[in-house]
Amino acid sequence: MSAAWLARFSGGAWRRIFVLLALLLAVLLAAPWIVNDYLLTVLIVILYSAFTGQAWNIMMGFAGQLSLGHALYAGLGAYVAAVLFVDFGIGPWLGFLAAVPAAAACGAIIGFLAFRFGVAGVYFAILTIAFAEFARIGFDHIAAVNASAGLFLPVRQVAHNDVWHLRGDPTMFYYVILAATVVAFILCRLLLESRLGYFWRAIREDEEAARAAGVPTFRCKMYAVMISAALTSFAGVFYAFFYNNLFPEQVFNIGRSIEMILGPIIGGIGTLFGPILGAFVLTGLAESLNSIMAAFGLSMPGATQVFYGVCLLVVIVALPEGVWPPLARRLGLFKEWP
Amino acid sequence: MPLDVYLNVVVAGILTGLVYGLMALGLSVIFGVVRVVNFAHGEMMSIAMYLAVVLFASFGLDPLLMLVPIAAVMFAFGYLLQAGLINPFITRPEHSQFLLLVALAIIIVNALLLIFGPDARTVQTSYAYDSFQLGPLLVDASKAYAGGAAIAFAAALFAFFRYSRVGTAIRACADNYTGALVIGLDVKRLYALTFGLGAACVGAAGSMMTLIVDVTPIIGPTYTLLAFVIVITGGLGSMAGALLGGILIGLTEALAGLVFTPSAKSMFAFAILVLVLLFRPQGLLGQRLS
Amino acid sequence: MTALLSLQQISKRFRGLVAVDGVSFDVQQGEVYAVIGPNGAGKTTLFNMIAGALKPDQGGIVFDGKPIQNLSPDVVCRRGIARTFQLVRPFPALSVEDNVLVGALLHRHGIGEARERAQALLRRFDLFDRRRHPASALTLPDRKRLEVIRALATEPKLLLLDEVVAGLRPTEVDRLVAVLRELNRDSGLTILMIEHVMRAVMALAARVLVLDHGVAIAEGTPDQVVRDPAVVQSYLGAEAV
Repeated sequence: MSAAWLARFSGGAWRRIFVLLALLLAVLLAAPWIVNDYLLTVLIVILYSAFTGQAWNIMMGFAGQLSLGHALYAGLGAYVAAVLFVDFGIGPWLGFLAAVPAAAACGAIIGFLAFRFGVAGVYFAILTIAFAEFARIGFDHIAAVNASAGLFLPVRQVAHNDVWHLRGDPTMFYYVILAATVVAFILCRLLLESRLGYFWRAIREDEEAARAAGVPTFRCKMYAVMISAALTSFAGVFYAFFYNNLFPEQVFNIGRSIEMILGPIIGGIGTLFGPILGAFVLTGLAESLNSIMAAFGLSMPGATQVFYGVCLLVVIVALPEGVWPPLARRLGLFKEWP
Repeated sequence: MPLDVYLNVVVAGILTGLVYGLMALGLSVIFGVVRVVNFAHGEMMSIAMYLAVVLFASFGLDPLLMLVPIAAVMFAFGYLLQAGLINPFITRPEHSQFLLLVALAIIIVNALLLIFGPDARTVQTSYAYDSFQLGPLLVDASKAYAGGAAIAFAAALFAFFRYSRVGTAIRACADNYTGALVIGLDVKRLYALTFGLGAACVGAAGSMMTLIVDVTPIIGPTYTLLAFVIVITGGLGSMAGALLGGILIGLTEALAGLVFTPSAKSMFAFAILVLVLLFRPQGLLGQRLS
Repeated sequence: MTALLSLQQISKRFRGLVAVDGVSFDVQQGEVYAVIGPNGAGKTTLFNMIAGALKPDQGGIVFDGKPIQNLSPDVVCRRGIARTFQLVRPFPALSVEDNVLVGALLHRHGIGEARERAQALLRRFDLFDRRRHPASALTLPDRKRLEVIRALATEPKLLLLDEVVAGLRPTEVDRLVAVLRELNRDSGLTILMIEHVMRAVMALAARVLVLDHGVAIAEGTPDQVVRDPAVVQSYLGAEAV
């Protein structure tokens, strides 16, 4: 690392960022002792959303490739790990090792077809939806995964938390997803500041100009899809072992793909902290709304989603950059922290 | 299976495909002129379907008769949407416009769920089980009416764009945005009109679709995707392509439902989409954009 | 001297319309070569074929002794040809420094090393003070300069400049011309430029090729070319009279 890098690293804004991040992490680490079971479950949902948002953000936020079919990769991860567990007794972490190449290969196929045949922009987004829908209907007819009847993971009571088999209480799942979110954050930071990360940003800004400056755009975009898909597949593994049931209609639903992109858009596309902030803002507000409605004895299916839609609309209209960039500027963090 | 079973399915597929085509025509017109990809298209269609269902359930009004009023209501909806929400977004990046409509789609689906609940609603007309015997063919009366009305509505729209002054002005806008501004056309108003017309197509198609299928709140995204599949297959911006694509997809779905299983029928539509995107991105009747 | 770039009977048609018709010329190592001609003469098409953005229908392009007509733009750049765009295309949301950094990363894998190179170039071209601004915030002359710097950061053997001084005020033209001449003289950089502004062509180019309707109608020193009757007729005619 060069002196210039160290200078940036020790700057005032950096110090503030580290203090903020350390505080946030400390609060999150302590959370299971502070909050009740309900809030812990909400935090798990938030971190799940922060994780998938970060994974999606690599593709759209860093490399500018709009995917609206990320449920495909999560669903693949979920099914690969679940089938290995149910049929062969292989644990989730080994399952994850199998899910990664499966999801990355799937991303590579879609990316190869799209980038070689010049399918870009909105057409690319529609192509990603088409593949996810393909998987949804396909899995609905695959007998080996119990088709539309759904795949169930055996639930057994364990005396101790078994991290190796992902069997245990919500606190264990909470720490697993927290660790995954932190790992994803660090990975995103490293990627963004890497050679590949700068090439991605160049492609996002102007693909033709990037090519003219020597950026191997095809290869870079392929890496973006594959890394994003591989990372997303872990969310699927987690989903499978946390909820213990999988239905193609649910896991591959376009609604899941849309939910994944809401956090980063609301938080700030292309920023490191945006997906995390967006997940907190969105899920936090939605759960507050649910609690308020529950307190008044109201049960209104769809209300939360209407709220999501309104949030998305408001952010897109009023804060085109998302919530984080203006906030970061207010905190004086923006220059050094993309 | 005997041949006449296939023939019947083919005819039914074509008739349903005409309604699909009209719906997709709306998407194509909006994209061709406003250059905005209406991701809330199917959701708008489901609004129209619920309008038809409510009018039938409350007042016994036949969806075929209500076709024009519902199209008019949807026209107003589309006009206001474009004028109020989308026009300020014309200069924003493509994905930003796209996401605006995604937000709208989410709101529509779930607002319908809030209002009408998750159960399927249906329209039971007096002719729901009637059919016409044409030689060896047995044609479902509802589908025949719906298909015929779709042709009539599409023809009216073609005529409007071809012969009316406003239609010509809209086409001028589509061909050359700056040119249209220079010669003093009120582009924003024409955009709003166009979005209104696209929504009117959806209104008419939705009204007729209630004769063919039941409606649920979550049907919207399915129709949005279907409209995309059809329009991309036929060629974005090509009006004839939308109708042709609609017939092709209607036919594919009907045959796939017969030969394989009905629940897998949209897989074939998506397969066609993927093939078209890869090998003929301009669509069957579209022109390649430079 | 040896030819660094050699075009051999290059042709390109668009829907039957001939944009470039059998053009051949050589650019020598270390020279500044200009292609001029009226609008629609096929200059930018020619340029896009050299840069790999378009494939020629016929003919060959040899760069540094190897054919390049079937390579993609990024590979062409890697081989040592960097270009600018007629309508400037910096990466708008990236900082000025990061714009240059992207170019510098082509042959350097370490970010720190590439950043130092980018900063050195920015200092040399007087954009160092604005290195933290987003590229979209620069004025047109600065954006044009930034494009040249980004291209130079890829360490090209041949720099392709597509109307790089168009739209600049005369003083700005002279400033950029001085920088380019210095580059050519000090680093021996070979430059191929498409230019409308004769002031820049006369000041920089050793040799000039005149295109008209896709055909090369004259080649020579700037002074020879502007006196050539065919050139005066087809291109300079309207301005000269």
